[in-house]
Amino acid sequence: MILNNGRFLCVPVLLLLIIVGMAGHAGAAQTLRGTGDLGLIIERASGSLVVVETTSHTALGRVEGLGDLSHASAVFSRDGRFAYIFGRDGGLTKIDLLRTEIAKRIIQSGNSIGGAISQDGKLIAVSNYKPGGVRVFDAETLEMVADIPATMEDGTLSKVVGLVDAPGQKFIFSLWDAGEIWVLDFSVGPEPGLTKFKNVGRNPYDALITSDGRYYVAGLFGEDGLAKLDLWHMDAGVTRILDGYGRGEEKMPVYKMPHLEGWARAGDYLFLPAVGRHEVLVVDASTWREVKRIPVHGQPVFAVARPDGRQVWVNFAHPRNDTVQVIDVPSMSIIRTYTPGKAVLHMEFTPRGEQVWISVRDEDRVDVYDTRTMQVMRTLSTQKPSGIFLTARAGRTGL
Amino acid sequence: MRSLKTPAPNMRFVEAMIAVLICAAALAPTIAPAGEVLSQNRRSDLNHLLRHDCGSCHGMTLKGGLGPALLPEHLTAWDVDSLAAMILRGNPQKAMPGWSELLSDAEAKYLAQRLLEGDAQ
Repeated sequence: MILNNGRFLCVPVLLLLIIVGMAGHAGAAQTLRGTGDLGLIIERASGSLVVVETTSHTALGRVEGLGDLSHASAVFSRDGRFAYIFGRDGGLTKIDLLRTEIAKRIIQSGNSIGGAISQDGKLIAVSNYKPGGVRVFDAETLEMVADIPATMEDGTLSKVVGLVDAPGQKFIFSLWDAGEIWVLDFSVGPEPGLTKFKNVGRNPYDALITSDGRYYVAGLFGEDGLAKLDLWHMDAGVTRILDGYGRGEEKMPVYKMPHLEGWARAGDYLFLPAVGRHEVLVVDASTWREVKRIPVHGQPVFAVARPDGRQVWVNFAHPRNDTVQVIDVPSMSIIRTYTPGKAVLHMEFTPRGEQVWISVRDEDRVDVYDTRTMQVMRTLSTQKPSGIFLTARAGRTGL
Repeated sequence: MRSLKTPAPNMRFVEAMIAVLICAAALAPTIAPAGEVLSQNRRSDLNHLLRHDCGSCHGMTLKGGLGPALLPEHLTAWDVDSLAAMILRGNPQKAMPGWSELLSDAEAKYLAQRLLEGDAQ
């Protein structure tokens, strides 16, 4: 009897479970979506970010509780579902873009500046100012797998900048205080190999790796020039390019450090911001010689090539940071000057380059430009927006 | 521990400086130390500058970045005049730009005062 009653009761419960299950499935089907057109906008002052999609240019939701996001940046998991946010306060936060929520969050240091994801997507490296060095984490669990203090010869720690990933499970970074470039190699096992290049120049401030993953180029704040490492020929060491481009002239006060990123390449050329000068430097990417200097509105911060390499968009340092200029690559001249408003901080192209998203911090606005008509096609209201990062970065070395 | 070892005259000096600043602020809230009048708008711009543009290197909460932390406990060796002079002159060895092209003496002193008072955030 008891057994029969039990069976009898099971039927409605099972039916209910099936109905609930189907409803849940139908709900999921409605919201199924890919991540290829997703991205995020950092809201630096409020410790939040907005998840956006670039097909109809809308905000999908806001994620809060990310700490101090001044100078925050992001990398993406290889499936484009998760973003890893590197905050100023040492916070490392894994964001689920589809659920618009924090998947995991740790405070990994006292003060950090950026990060990178390994070629296989399994490791997240963070560059720290305090304590100076690089820490590497499991991308799934955010558990630390390696701690590499940037110890200088006098035993103190150097601030670390310009951290990028490179093919072969490598991470490369520069030591601001020591003037060194280090290559960390995780292809050899859990204990990474470490190769140090010393005396590369004074105060490397940021670096880029070309999108083929071959050349690592660090900008030098303390000298007129850049340090280049050919990863195919590491034994050849670090060489200097654009040596003495300022030719000893006194540079202007630099109110904001320029940034170097893998977007710098347009066709056969690299477009690089000059430090303390109102110029974009154009370098032939095969000979590494200077081709031209393009006079621009102010001291460039970012020079970002449209994915087809036909244009380079440039923003500027304080106090001339209300302007964006567009360089036409074939003629190497400025074809457009916009004044979106005070504190234009970042520009990000959609993967095929038909749109560029531009953050205007002090106007609490992100403008989306149509790069064909050169008109603003959409404006999103956000709080003190800074970095804009789209998931297309997931498939690119060094971003 | 450090405060125990700090010589008394220094403490008195700091206290005196604070007292002077408080008096100055109370007596003439819109008059900067050099006598130049800073409008409420300009002061609001300067507060914004401190948080966001100084913050590029020193961190938005002034806890440090490429540049050192600028919270009061890190600035015990400085007074308004020396700090304002550093802001205007900069330190080329440490990538600190001189702000004299953009800021007047009075404005630099206002910023220095804000930093030393610790209410810059």
